[in-house]
Amino acid sequence: MKIVYNGENDGAFKDTLGATIAGLLEADKDVVYLDADLMSCIGTAKCVKSHPDRAINCGIAEANMAGIAAGLSAAGLKPIMHTFGPFASRRCYDQIFLSGGYAGNSVTVIGTDPGVCAAFNGGTHMPFEDMALYRAIPGAYVFDVTDTVVLEDILTQCKDIPGIKYIRVGRKSYKKMYEKGSTFTVGKGITVKEEGKDCAIIACGLMVAKAVEAAEILAKDGIRVTVIDMFTVKPLDEELVLKAASETGALVTAENHNKIGGLYSAVSELLAGKAPTPIEYVAIEDEFGEVGPQDYLEQRFDLTAEHIVRKVKAAIARKK
Amino acid sequence: MLSSDKRKELQKFALQIRIGAVEAFKARGFGHVGGSLSIADALAVLYGDIMKVDPANPKWEDRDKLVCSKGHAGPAIYAALALKGFFPYEDLKTLNQPGTRFPSHCDRNKTPGIDMTTGSLGQGTSQAVGLAMGDKIKGRKCRTFLIVGDGESNEGQVWEAAMFTAAKKVNNLVWLIDYNKKQLDGYTEDIMDMGDMRAKFEAFGFEALSIDGNDLEQLYDALTKEAGDKPIAVILNTVKGKGVQEVEDTVSNHSMTMTEEVYDRWLSELRAELEALG
Ligand SMILES: Cc1ncc(C[n+]2csc(CCOP(=O)(O)OP(=O)(O)O)c2C)c(N)n1
Repeated sequence: MKIVYNGENDGAFKDTLGATIAGLLEADKDVVYLDADLMSCIGTAKCVKSHPDRAINCGIAEANMAGIAAGLSAAGLKPIMHTFGPFASRRCYDQIFLSGGYAGNSVTVIGTDPGVCAAFNGGTHMPFEDMALYRAIPGAYVFDVTDTVVLEDILTQCKDIPGIKYIRVGRKSYKKMYEKGSTFTVGKGITVKEEGKDCAIIACGLMVAKAVEAAEILAKDGIRVTVIDMFTVKPLDEELVLKAASETGALVTAENHNKIGGLYSAVSELLAGKAPTPIEYVAIEDEFGEVGPQDYLEQRFDLTAEHIVRKVKAAIARKK
Repeated sequence: MLSSDKRKELQKFALQIRIGAVEAFKARGFGHVGGSLSIADALAVLYGDIMKVDPANPKWEDRDKLVCSKGHAGPAIYAALALKGFFPYEDLKTLNQPGTRFPSHCDRNKTPGIDMTTGSLGQGTSQAVGLAMGDKIKGRKCRTFLIVGDGESNEGQVWEAAMFTAAKKVNNLVWLIDYNKKQLDGYTEDIMDMGDMRAKFEAFGFEALSIDGNDLEQLYDALTKEAGDKPIAVILNTVKGKGVQEVEDTVSNHSMTMTEEVYDRWLSELRAELEALG
């Protein structure tokens, strides 16, 4: 796996979603793609023409869509459904939980515009809790995607994994991270930077590149940190977290999500039971979202490299 | 019946609402243009004549209330409220800016005069039912007006709220369905055909009217109608983007990003129309 991070923007997720979903429909006749009036937001409207029987616009009715996906799974098909993050989680939660998970059906759910990426759509569209909800479904998978390379590979893998899979991903671009064509393993995080043993930053999604940036800032102060991409929030790479904890003795998590129920929770739950270690977080401080440009919101909610730097110093200061 | 003076006043108000919304979009560069423009005439009649509100006291308990469940049409409502004097007109230009009181979607905690927080489609319907029923319980003689999108009507919650409105005779709530025949991905007919909306609401127990929702006269007649036991639902047959030819002619006119030049062209057309009215 080659890291190609150089601070430059990656391609838009929207383009990868459009191409990958179209490709999966073409490659596997059991794939059914469902959307709730947001096809034009991820470039999949063309699929209705190419695969009219298996690319279905369900209209603005997310709970119904989730139930239909469950039924399609029971009929032996491989449903992939998309809508914006809040509607892919809160709006259809009981249908995903019971008709999907509890009933033993398999559904891949794509929730776009996680956290502050909802920007101009504002608080109603800004999910800071979607990972918490999906983590709480027994056996479900939760992926907070790092770049388009992760997206393409994980989405492709998801269609054949039994159970509920939740992929949270932007529509615009994050920073480039992995070489095109790289493959990833569910439940295995990636060490994207190994500078030293002062502290480890465990990040996901939007925050991975910011963690790398923070590591570069810290290196100038002589603080050597390791950066882990935990795109696989559930199942968590427990081995990698425990290794980082024992090697560095201080951890910081970073996520574009509420501090409750997401990556910080997942890592803390593990450490509390197996290896109590000083841990700090960069996450939303239990607040609702609000409207504005994404860069403003990143400052407003402290989702910045500078804030990671502060938290790393705080974590190191707590080491015995 | 509208007097000719009143009609002219409302025509002007509708144009001013469109101008205000377009000025807000222009300041930000983009926005939900189509669905804001389609309800400008309904808002003109509501805020220009029908609704009892007090700009100096936006939370006055006995006021008539408006719930725009298709919350993305916020900018049109902000324009109407600014023109009524709820806040300075210039504030419209802070649409979606950092720290703004004017987000894309209606927010009762942020904007003076906005009665309900909406944006997650469908949810405004039940909230409006509760608001109207609460006013009844409190003995207030006021009405609540609920604006629902046609695409939004795909949501099951809309029909749960409709069922409740009729079954529990919540007749101080007036439903207005903005049947502009389009949603985000295209025409409702292709995405989720809503068919005969009037028949649907009648079947749910409403007194259902179907009117030209961009016609001030028809709007006025429908909105001055007193409800009997059956609550009233008005199907507004509208045009998405109504009032700006270029927007009406654009098939995909849900959310639009335009240059300042384009917005200026729209504004000068609207201002010329306003001037022509004298
Ligand atoms: C629950 C929910 N699902 C999806 C969306 C995204 N969305 C915003 S507006 C819109 C289309 C709305 O269509 P319609 O109700 O007909 O409104 P109009 O055409 O009048 O603008 C969609 C899908 C949303 N805001 N809420």
